[in-house]
Amino acid sequence: MGEIFTHVRDAIRSQQPAALATVIEGHGVGAHLFVRPDTEPIGTLGNADLDRVVTRDALGEIEAGRAGVRHYGANGEANETSVSVFIESYAPPPQMLIFGAVDFTAALSRVAKVLGYRVTVCDARPVFATKARFPMADEVLVDWPNRLLDKVGATLGMRDVICVLTHDAKFDVPAVVSALATNVGYIGVMGSRRTHDDRTKRLRDAGVDAAGLARLQSPIGLDIGARTPEETAISICAEIIGLRTGRAARQLRETDGPIH
Amino acid sequence: MREILNDLDRWQKKGKRIAIARVVDLEGSGPRLPGAAMAVNEDGEVAGSVSGGCVEGAVVAEALDVIATGTRRIVTFGYSDDEAFAVGLTCGGTIHLFLEPLDW
Repeated sequence: MGEIFTHVRDAIRSQQPAALATVIEGHGVGAHLFVRPDTEPIGTLGNADLDRVVTRDALGEIEAGRAGVRHYGANGEANETSVSVFIESYAPPPQMLIFGAVDFTAALSRVAKVLGYRVTVCDARPVFATKARFPMADEVLVDWPNRLLDKVGATLGMRDVICVLTHDAKFDVPAVVSALATNVGYIGVMGSRRTHDDRTKRLRDAGVDAAGLARLQSPIGLDIGARTPEETAISICAEIIGLRTGRAARQLRETDGPIH
Repeated sequence: MREILNDLDRWQKKGKRIAIARVVDLEGSGPRLPGAAMAVNEDGEVAGSVSGGCVEGAVVAEALDVIATGTRRIVTFGYSDDEAFAVGLTCGGTIHLFLEPLDW
C-alpha cells in the first residue's frame, strides 16, 4: 500500500471530501490521481493536461457525491475516448438532525446510524439532552433547534434530513420555520393528527406558506402501523428512502419493473 | 471503500499482498452502485462485496490472478439466463469491475 491509498484511507476516515481517479482503459492503465478541494492533487495520470481536466471533473463529482467512468483524449480532450478514467468521490456521510430528546429519538438514532447518517440530537432541555441517553448519536446538543440551525443550516444539503420529534408547539414551530430555510432533502415532523392540525395552524400564523407546509412530512413516517419507538424509527427511515428514490412505498409484490 | 478499510489495515500489518475490485459501471438493474469495493488477499480472504453475492466467487478467482500476475483488468459480468451454473447477475443487469493490485 502506497502513498495515494494512504491519502484515500485518511480522507475517508476523517470524513473529508476527496476523489480518486483511476485510469481503467487506454494509455496508463492503473495510474491514480487523488483530488481534494483547495489542495494540489497527488499522483498523476501520466499527462499534465489530462490531470488538470480530470481534477476539474473530480471536484464536480465530489460536489455531487457521485462515482462513474469518464472518457478523454490522451491530453484530456473532452470529445475523445482513448482514455477511460473511473472517478470515485468520497463525500462525508449525510446528516440527520433530530430535534427533541424523547424515547423515539434513541430508536431513530440507532436506525439512522445503520443507514450511515451522522446523527445530531438537539433539545433545549439539559435534563433530557444527555449523551448518556443517546450514546449512539454522534453529537448531543443542549440548544434551541432554531438557534442550532442559525449556525449550521447553511451547511446542510439535499442528502441531509431533519426530524422534529418534540411535538411541543413551543419548540416545534420555530424549529420547523428554521428547517424550511435550509436546503435539506427531508423535513419530518412528528405528532398525532390532532397535533398536526394544531401545528399547521400555528405554522400558518408564523408565516409559513402553502409551499412550506407542503414540504413537511407531517405526520412523520409511513403508514405501516408502527407503535413502538423502534417500529416508528423504521417507518420514518423507510419514508426518507422512498422520498429520495421517488417511490411510493408499496409492497414489491404489488408492483413490477426493476427493483433498484 | 469505507467498509473494507479495517480489513485492509489488518492485512497490510501482516504484509499480505492485496487486490481490490471496484464496480466502475453498471447497465440495467444491479444491487451495488459504482464505487462498491471488494478486496481479496493472497490467502483468499475477502472483505466487502460488489454484488448481492452473485459474482463474488468469480471475483476472488480473478483477484488472486491479479495478485499473482500484477495485471490490472476490467471484468464484466452479465445476465446468465439459460446457463444456470454460469456466473452472472440474476437480476438481469451487467456490471463492469476494475481489478488492480493494491500497491499504490
